[in-house]
Amino acid sequence: MISFNRVSKRYGEGRDALREITIEIAQDELVFLTGHSGAGKSTLLRLIMLMDRPSRGQVIVNGQNLAGVRPRNIPQHRRSIGVVFQNHQLLFDRTIFDNVALPLIIAGYEAREVGRRVRAALDKVGLLNRERAMPISLSGGEQQRVGIARAVVGKPKILLADEPTGNLDPTLSAEIMNLFEAFNQVGVTVLIASHDLVLISRLRHRIITLSQGCLVSGRAQ
Amino acid sequence: MKGQKDTGRRKEGASLSRTDLRGHVKAWIQHHRLSAADSLMRVLDSLGSSFLTWLVIGIALALPVGLNVALDNMTRVTAGWDSPAQISLFLQGEVSLDRLREIEVELAARDDVSETRAILRDEALDEFRTLSGFADVLASMQANPLPDVLLVTPDAALDGRGVSALRAELQGHSDVAEAVLDMEWLQRLNSLMALSRRLVLAIGGMLVVGVVLILGNTIRLAIESRRDEIVIVKLIGGSNGFVRRPFLYTGLWYGVGGGVLAALLVTAALWSLEKPISDLAMLYESAFQLSGFGVMGSLNLVILGGLLGLAGAWLAVSRHLARIEPR
Ligand SMILES: Nc1ncnc2c1ncn2[C@@H]1O[C@H](COP(=O)(O)OP(=O)(O)OP(=O)(O)O)[C@@H](O)[C@H]1O
Ligand SMILES: [Mg+2]
Repeated sequence: MISFNRVSKRYGEGRDALREITIEIAQDELVFLTGHSGAGKSTLLRLIMLMDRPSRGQVIVNGQNLAGVRPRNIPQHRRSIGVVFQNHQLLFDRTIFDNVALPLIIAGYEAREVGRRVRAALDKVGLLNRERAMPISLSGGEQQRVGIARAVVGKPKILLADEPTGNLDPTLSAEIMNLFEAFNQVGVTVLIASHDLVLISRLRHRIITLSQGCLVSGRAQ
Repeated sequence: MKGQKDTGRRKEGASLSRTDLRGHVKAWIQHHRLSAADSLMRVLDSLGSSFLTWLVIGIALALPVGLNVALDNMTRVTAGWDSPAQISLFLQGEVSLDRLREIEVELAARDDVSETRAILRDEALDEFRTLSGFADVLASMQANPLPDVLLVTPDAALDGRGVSALRAELQGHSDVAEAVLDMEWLQRLNSLMALSRRLVLAIGGMLVVGVVLILGNTIRLAIESRRDEIVIVKLIGGSNGFVRRPFLYTGLWYGVGGGVLAALLVTAALWSLEKPISDLAMLYESAFQLSGFGVMGSLNLVILGGLLGLAGAWLAVSRHLARIEPR
């Protein structure tokens, strides 16, 4: 589903943020991505969603070589991927409902269908009763769950998450990981960048470890 | 059998893509509606500053349009004045009535004159007194300040140069203080008006450019203030068209509001001028009535405003939106 073939990424004149990375992630997998701060986890995710282009090598997502995706087709590519951002990236002047509905509005769903799907997604993350609230009135964990609902509401084939449990307590972190596992169960490819080694090593999924831009372990299943 | 099956499947495929297309169009229209409503809400939310924008655009549009309406009216007035050229001979003060009759006969005998008519100074004063409303002022005057006037209508066969020559000759007459060709000022007025029209056009053009720039800047500020939102929308797959739409509508609403205000301003100005002008027309025994610019004119102004709003928004959006990319 996602494959990296000798991918390197260098920002400006600095050293490589990623160096000769080769990974293969199958469609039914849930994979964790770990490594120290600055190891290149976010960079790897950014390449998948075309926020950046690799300096060398190929990234292939869902059968498509991303080098062939022209700028005007980037939005379409991003719509096929659900992303949970490290800093939530919510619209603070819109209700929870409107935030979660945004990908559907962008994709052009009808109003009734939007309502149905948004409520289903909010129900999954346990925030159905807060749909009229504003993001500012939510705790960090709740905001994170709104971000997850928004990432999955469009039923993407691929779900990326950058530190989704970054500032959550252990119980809530485990709950959110369970949520990701549930999505994986229904056939979504999930890639989660996380520091939380204790948590992710308990979960028995493949763990890809990066160190200073190099792949250390977890290259293949 | 096989062929039948094939066409059946193709049909299904076609109808599927048709409903697909219909769904897309429906969604597209829906997003237009949403953007339009959302932009309007935002414009109305900050009513104070929106009103200022409307007013600036309104004034900038009303100015050339108002001037143009004024020129149209002047053209209508002077169009009724294309009577044949006439030379007014203002006679010297000491010319007697007998001498005046003599001159009249002498002129009427000429080949190049078709008609003469005398306006005696006392008649003229009476007429002026009744029509002008200056009766009191005139009563306080010792002597009649008006001269005797002979109106000379040149022969119809005479061209412009011939008429001018006749005027020059009559000016040389010893009893004539001043020979005035009435056409002259009309011609001057006409060329002056043609010049004014160009001027109005030039001013209008500059103001239109100004309106587009003002709107462009307003939209640029709107884009800046929603930068985070644009980044997020682009992150989750909003196309440039999607991101652009609300800002284009914002421009449209500013423009339309400005057009409405411009129409109101012009209408108000015309309305306030109507009474004095019809009074003045009565004074000149004219049935002239100020012509406004009507419902169509107002509508055109609103449409123009809307188009300029779109143009300004497009300018801002094409220059600034592409630069906002998720980092
Ligand atoms: N836009 C950028 N310009 C220049 N250098 C960058 C940029 N983004 C990342 N880097 C560099 O690339 C390297 C990898 O960064 P990245 O954000 O991928 O790390 P990370 O593993 O996500 O770290 P963290 O756990 O702290 O989020 C770092 O050395 C960072 O300084
Ligand atoms: Mg990171």
